[in-house]
Amino acid sequence: MEKIPILRMGPFLLVTIQVDLYDRLALTLESDLVQMVNKTGARGVLIDISAVAIVDSFMGRIIGNIASMSKILDAETVVVGMQPAVAITLIELGLPLKGVYTALNVERGMDLLKLKIQGSADHEEEEDDEDSAIYSE
Amino acid sequence: MIISLSKDVMTITRDQDVVPFRNRVKEKAVKIKMGLVNQTKLITAASELVRNMLKYGNGGETYIEIVSRGRDTGIRLTFKDKGPGIADISLAMQDGFSTGKSLGLGLPGTRRLVNEFDIKSEIGKGTTVSIIKWVNG
Repeated sequence: MEKIPILRMGPFLLVTIQVDLYDRLALTLESDLVQMVNKTGARGVLIDISAVAIVDSFMGRIIGNIASMSKILDAETVVVGMQPAVAITLIELGLPLKGVYTALNVERGMDLLKLKIQGSADHEEEEDDEDSAIYSE
Repeated sequence: MIISLSKDVMTITRDQDVVPFRNRVKEKAVKIKMGLVNQTKLITAASELVRNMLKYGNGGETYIEIVSRGRDTGIRLTFKDKGPGIADISLAMQDGFSTGKSLGLGLPGTRRLVNEFDIKSEIGKGTTVSIIKWVNG
């Protein structure tokens, strides 16, 4: 069965969609990705759709699903490389991809992911500090 | 008056037929020199309708035509299924309405992406949707 490869890069998972997605392939990717997040403890997922010529409402929903499922498993999702024509079409279709982070290219997407997990790590540290402060009193 | 210049017929019975269908539509759109944004809108609309046809009508027949009206050239796509039909078309054309598990963007979203949209449905007999995207539309 055809599959879309998921690459691991440090704390992130990297997916580059290079083929035309039909529905079953997209659903397989969704479940594979979520399982990989769980298995590897990844903190971020980067999906490169620069080679994707069209995103319809189904694909849009899958992308949204991946983002919300990963979020529950404590990983952020960034979609990168969307073609301008795809962006125009998505908005006219009425699918603004709410709740999904996007970036112009892989590089910026990586920066955004790093920032996100850094942000949450800092936040945790702050919380730890508060805890220790209470204990010392 | 709309004149049909060429007509291709494709039968859609399963998920995997969608990709070759989309490619054929793209081929025709490129042939009449449709711009990339309009191509993307047309193929996205086609993808939505073909999915509807598979989901609600168990597949069916599609016609891909190059049509002309005066100086305009365009692509007409027709989707014909023998499914259960749509009881209330005006309801089905509303944003957010869905009997299935989708986002309910399919029909109203598709209408926004194309220049002409026509839907006919008869309960128990099936649904026929036809759309036109003009090269400069």
